Amino acid sequence: MELTSEERAIAGGARGEASAMAMRIVAETGRLLGADRLIPVHSAHIDGCLYHGDAGVLFAEKLVELGGQVAVPATLNVGALDLLHPKRVRLDDRRRDMALRLMRAYEALGCKPTWTCSPYQAGHRPPAGVDVAWGESNAVAFCNSVLGARTNRYGDFLDIACAIVGRAPRYGLHLPEHRRATMLVDTSLLSAALRNLDAFWPVLGAWIGRNAGSSIVAIDGLQTFASEDRMKALGAAAASFGAVGLFHVIGVTPEAKTRADAFSGHDPEVTVQLTSEMVRIARGWLSTSSSDQVDAVAVGSPHLSFEEMMTIADLVDGRRLSLPFYAHTGRHVLKQLEERGKLADIEAAGVTVVVDTCIVVTPILPAKSGVLLTNSGKFANYAPGNTGWSVVYGSLSECVETAVQGRLVRDEALWS
Amino acid sequence: MSTEMIAGQVLYPGSAEGPLLKLTAPLSFWGGVDPATGEIILGSHPERGRSVSGSILALADPIGSSSSSSVLLELIHNRVAPAAILLGTPDAILIVGCLVARELGLKAPPILVVAREWLHTLPNGRLSVSDGMVRQIS
Repeated sequence: MELTSEERAIAGGARGEASAMAMRIVAETGRLLGADRLIPVHSAHIDGCLYHGDAGVLFAEKLVELGGQVAVPATLNVGALDLLHPKRVRLDDRRRDMALRLMRAYEALGCKPTWTCSPYQAGHRPPAGVDVAWGESNAVAFCNSVLGARTNRYGDFLDIACAIVGRAPRYGLHLPEHRRATMLVDTSLLSAALRNLDAFWPVLGAWIGRNAGSSIVAIDGLQTFASEDRMKALGAAAASFGAVGLFHVIGVTPEAKTRADAFSGHDPEVTVQLTSEMVRIARGWLSTSSSDQVDAVAVGSPHLSFEEMMTIADLVDGRRLSLPFYAHTGRHVLKQLEERGKLADIEAAGVTVVVDTCIVVTPILPAKSGVLLTNSGKFANYAPGNTGWSVVYGSLSECVETAVQGRLVRDEALWS
Repeated sequence: MSTEMIAGQVLYPGSAEGPLLKLTAPLSFWGGVDPATGEIILGSHPERGRSVSGSILALADPIGSSSSSSVLLELIHNRVAPAAILLGTPDAILIVGCLVARELGLKAPPILVVAREWLHTLPNGRLSVSDGMVRQIS
């Protein structure tokens, strides 16, 4: 690992102690992973602002005390508090105080208080081919796959360290030769109706997460069905059920205009023809409850786009929900909804709009656990362990109908 | 007495000793391990309910959240971290938890990458880890 004379000077304290500490972390990670040098990054998305315990607060406040400032534009992922609706979160006073200190520390380091896991829908969209340092597994997958910018899966702390020094170790997905697909997942045998179902995409993501291992997957057969929100949902499930940082959708994503493009002219090392039976089995991974009971509904992991919030409003269609319904989004979307006069309608129907955070990272759901219906593969994966609630997976329209009618509403015909 | 030795690639240096905890499914530390206690909490995980605390944790496939570095740091801070971590594949996210622990003056567990086949065939018992070598202790 070769550092430039400037980088060595930063590590020695030429730009202050915070930059020196950040450079030590960046350079040491690079050395341990076998990177040959550091490269400049153009932006960062920081996932370290969620409270997990006091050590993370000590680290962030130490960076602030030592004069740390980000050197590149940096957005912030979710925290443990909904700062606009403080009563939504049931943390005790001490944890609430520590969670707030952590969020404020990251703001003091110069990061933008976006508090969203969908920064790419809040205006943070690096162009294809540039190097960035992003954390939050779904944001990493989206950034690499849909935007074509280049980032590794930066863990908490390394993301802010890279942002402070404006550099990252040159290895992994920063290198074009590591971005080539090696595994082909062909969906063309599945019915067009299934591929055109929003709820299919997280299931496909879960299947890829469980089966890709360290391979980079290119998916064929989705050309006419892909949308940004569907690829967002796919990536979030793939990144939580596995370690997927990059996938290609042939004919859609920037590095996969054709199959040959995705595989850089090579043959796939592995080819899988996805069957409806494989989809049915993967769908089962997203539910831990088989009863008809539902006690609450949660949607929006990753945070819902403006279009997804409008879809909820359309599905509710002026009716009143009879189950608790949590819809998670970013402040950027809340503002748009307010401007269109839609927020009041959505809330009047009984939707609890949560911003800055979500139910699997902080206690929002009622303490007495029950069965949660969700259309998010990521919620389905993490909710049982993090909240004690069991989960049932369904489409967004099933989520809304269930909340309106107060009982599980299923449309099995969708999955044939 | 050492009965068997295997060399690993050092991702984070150090030495440790403890009972083997072999995970039979991939695990994300965030969402998978309680940072306060070290207990495995992921609903679908076969080792759910076991504690990683003090173990030589054999994890062939680290997956999932980029907050796993935070969870490892909190486990270290709360003195319930694994004694050492043996991975089947290099993982940048867990390394960073150890590096930040060191910056905060805390002792972090060694992390090694060892051959995946070897991880799968490890017999239960105590292991020691030092200088990039894993030894079985009889």
